[in-house]
Amino acid sequence: MIKTEVEIAGIKFKNPVMEGSGTFGSGMEYSEFVDLNKLGAVVTKGVANVPWPGNPTPRVCEVYGGMLNAIGLQNPGIDVFMERDLPFLEKYDTKVIVNVCGKSVADYLEVCEKLTGDSRVDALEINVSCPNVKEGAIAFGTDKKALDDITRQIKAHTDKPVIMKLTPNVTDISEMAKVAEGAGADAISLINTITGMKIDIERRRFALANKTGGMSGPAIKPVAVRMVYQASHAVSIPVIGMGGIATGDDAIEFMMAGATAVSVGMMNFVNPYATLDVIKGIEEYMTRHGIEDINEIIGCV
Amino acid sequence: MKSKSKGKVISQKILAPGIYDLEIETTLASSAHAGQFVGVFTDDASLLLPRPISICGVSDDKKSIRLVYRVAGKGTDKFSRLKEGDEVSLLGVLGNGYDTEKIKQLSNGTPGVLLLGGGIGIPPMLELAKELKAAGVKVISVMGYRDDKTFLLDEFKKYSDTYVASEDGSVGTKGNVLDAVRENNIDFGCICACGPLPMLKAIKTFAGEKTAFISLEERMACGVGACLGCVVKTTAVDHHSHVNNARICTDGPVFEASEVDL
Ligand SMILES: Cc1cc2nc3c(=O)[nH]c(=O)nc-3n(C[C@H](O)[C@H](O)[C@H](O)COP(=O)(O)OP(=O)(O)OC[C@H]3O[C@@H](n4cnc5c(N)ncnc54)[C@H](O)[C@@H]3O)c2cc1C
Ligand SMILES: Cc1cc2nc3c(=O)[nH]c(=O)nc-3n(C[C@H](O)[C@H](O)[C@H](O)COP(=O)(O)O)c2cc1C
Ligand code: FES
Repeated sequence: MIKTEVEIAGIKFKNPVMEGSGTFGSGMEYSEFVDLNKLGAVVTKGVANVPWPGNPTPRVCEVYGGMLNAIGLQNPGIDVFMERDLPFLEKYDTKVIVNVCGKSVADYLEVCEKLTGDSRVDALEINVSCPNVKEGAIAFGTDKKALDDITRQIKAHTDKPVIMKLTPNVTDISEMAKVAEGAGADAISLINTITGMKIDIERRRFALANKTGGMSGPAIKPVAVRMVYQASHAVSIPVIGMGGIATGDDAIEFMMAGATAVSVGMMNFVNPYATLDVIKGIEEYMTRHGIEDINEIIGCV
Repeated sequence: MKSKSKGKVISQKILAPGIYDLEIETTLASSAHAGQFVGVFTDDASLLLPRPISICGVSDDKKSIRLVYRVAGKGTDKFSRLKEGDEVSLLGVLGNGYDTEKIKQLSNGTPGVLLLGGGIGIPPMLELAKELKAAGVKVISVMGYRDDKTFLLDEFKKYSDTYVASEDGSVGTKGNVLDAVRENNIDFGCICACGPLPMLKAIKTFAGEKTAFISLEERMACGVGACLGCVVKTTAVDHHSHVNNARICTDGPVFEASEVDL
């Protein structure tokens, strides 16, 4: 019997596989393809204190081995989310991680406070790493002082475990990981998307209305594995790794680099069953290599 | 129930320069309707996202679908090389499709429903013409082409009174589909249209008090409503994000023209 359970901040996940915020809605859209009960956790789309309309279109484009997005965090705001999306997720036997975004520290705190004490939520993932909005988000994730401040304030305003989601768009990821840990984060997740650009040479125009977008997909995986390795060796809190994961073997690679859990992002769009395939692939790897407990391989390289 | 599954190519033909007609055997056919689309995947791992292509036809035995597409880039170029017996992965069936019951009511008996198709917006109108005729609705089709390299016209004639417009005047009315509607004094109860954005904007104005159902396009990633990539501004608050941005892939691609801000 193989054991795939992992633990982060006292929460036990039946397996280490989640999906990347923003690539799975609130689970509803993909519940037609995937039995959400099978997932380690559902990570919801970023939610702010009020509804956000997002960016103009085109918001997405394909690039070699991946895509760029500049959605701009369109979301219905925390009130609708609590009335509609949490009751939906409550029906499933999985953990719920709510991804939180904001323009100011006060915005983030308002969302976190509303979710405090809500038993339908297991943890908060704080998006300080979205490259597609002008105010907030990434500004908190690229400056050590700002990251320290927002992490401390959120920790002081919630009883939920706090996962700080870090951006790869920094010079030294280990430093940012240490800041998050020092400020009290219970875990970190990375990577968010890498800022990119695509130009339509036939029309002499940017492919995205926002000009720049965040790159995700298999093409960014080596960068993500490197950063997960560096971050996880810089801190002692658990790391959730993501960036281009498509298969069980990819997930194993992230875990060997030091991730305790993994998220599947854009590959859900390519293969709506990707999360289940990753879970199956992990189990097959374990059987093939006679591994009884998945925790044995975390950071083993 | 949506799914991603493998289909098998039954045949592929060229209808006009750069316009291909692909028949695929797939289980998705059993629930496919006019106005809906499928996501078609290439077998090239560098081109990961599904290409949205509309349902142009569903076979009578509901075992295969027909896609008519224009080669527009790398993905569609790959599709054009598919041959009988090849496998192709499809995500579907996606989108809301046309509400034939509602169209039937609005078609108002004698005047009927006016189908307007422009360029590569023509193929989805064919399945609609077929479904509406089967529902006992009078159908008038006006299809607009660039020049005399027309396609699917004979098939439209099976289901509808058919008129043609061409930009260069080589067939039918010289000009666009609305020029042909005016030239032939066509009366109608409501409109269904698919084509380039300027055409849809003109149709929205032209329809005036009458209802026009239009099929919209936008760059897509997931195709299932999760990524929020494919939105269109709506006049009313959308039910998903409450920010007047509806998702074309799931709330559409067919909208009432009065609901959207083009
Ligand atoms: C709902 C819907 C239905 C459609 N139905 C048809 C149809 O029946 N027949 C047909 O010929 N075309 C249709 N299109 C357009 C078709 O999807 C594009 O021509 C096709 O995706 C181009 O892919 P490519 O790889 O050849 O081009 P590339 O330019 O190489 O594609 C690069 C990326 O951009 C996307 N893309 C490029 N052009 C478009 C476009 N116009 N709309 C959306 N995405 C685009 C591609 O999907 C891909 O992700 C439809 C589009 C939508 C949104
Ligand atoms: C369309 C899209 C929307 C995203 N939205 C969010 C979001 O709301 N919040 C967030 O923290 N990350 C968001 N992300 C980032 C992903 O969660 C993930 O970190 C990133 O895409 C890298 O993983 P991948 O290569 O597997 O996609 C989004 C990514 C994509 C592609
Ligand atoms: S393509 Fe993802 S929401 Fe429409």
